[in-house]
Amino acid sequence: MADYTVTRTLDYKGLACPMPIVKTSMEIPKIAVGDVVEILTTDPGSIADFPAWAKTTGHAILEIKQEPGLIRIYVKRQK
Amino acid sequence: MDVEKAIQELKEQVEQRPGPENKLTMIVMSGELDKHLAALIIATGAAAMGMKVVLFYTFWGTAALRDYKKKAKNKNLIEKMFGIMLPRGNRRLILSKMHMMGAGTAMIKALMKKKKVAGLDEMYEMAAAMGVQIYVCEMSMDLMGMKMEEMIDYPGMKSAGVATMLADAKESAMQLFI
Repeated sequence: MADYTVTRTLDYKGLACPMPIVKTSMEIPKIAVGDVVEILTTDPGSIADFPAWAKTTGHAILEIKQEPGLIRIYVKRQK
Repeated sequence: MDVEKAIQELKEQVEQRPGPENKLTMIVMSGELDKHLAALIIATGAAAMGMKVVLFYTFWGTAALRDYKKKAKNKNLIEKMFGIMLPRGNRRLILSKMHMMGAGTAMIKALMKKKKVAGLDEMYEMAAAMGVQIYVCEMSMDLMGMKMEEMIDYPGMKSAGVATMLADAKESAMQLFI
């Protein structure tokens, strides 16, 4: 299990592409570098999109948890 | 073979290549709902990926930026006719396929609402918040009698010409035409 504390949870349940990524990218500057946010989404595209977004923007995806009808993504602000 | 000449040629080739800037320049020429949705999804997505984004609206694309609540004054008869024929803002756009006299477009809009796919109004808000730059083609507006005063309130939106778009496109790592 990963070792981190979630500072904020962003609830983007029900939102479709590209909103989970767009809204996340607008919230990341509001947290401190090194902090972790939990993103709740129901958009299956997010499983592929968040790692792609993180790779380009330089942030880290710590974990992606899939539950029935819910996806939890843990993003760490790196810079 | 003249080495210096070859180097000079290579240099020129490198200089002619699209620029390395982390920027997307997109030309939005189409006037249909589906294509405008694609344009705005790509634009907001690219801004989320940390890219600078420049949208250049031209020809049929410009009507999507009209504000349905606003009316421009001092139009001649032909300009007025164009104003009536062209969609008054993004809510009047129709699908490029399966419009079916309005039924198809209405169905897609209902599905978008149900599945919480953001509409164009919300997309423009997001784009504005992320600093996406919008230029409207001056010549298209002039040709069709459109005026800036009938356009949506979008921060920093300006009318511009092809040189503005080309200058942006040349230094962008990605250029798209929709």
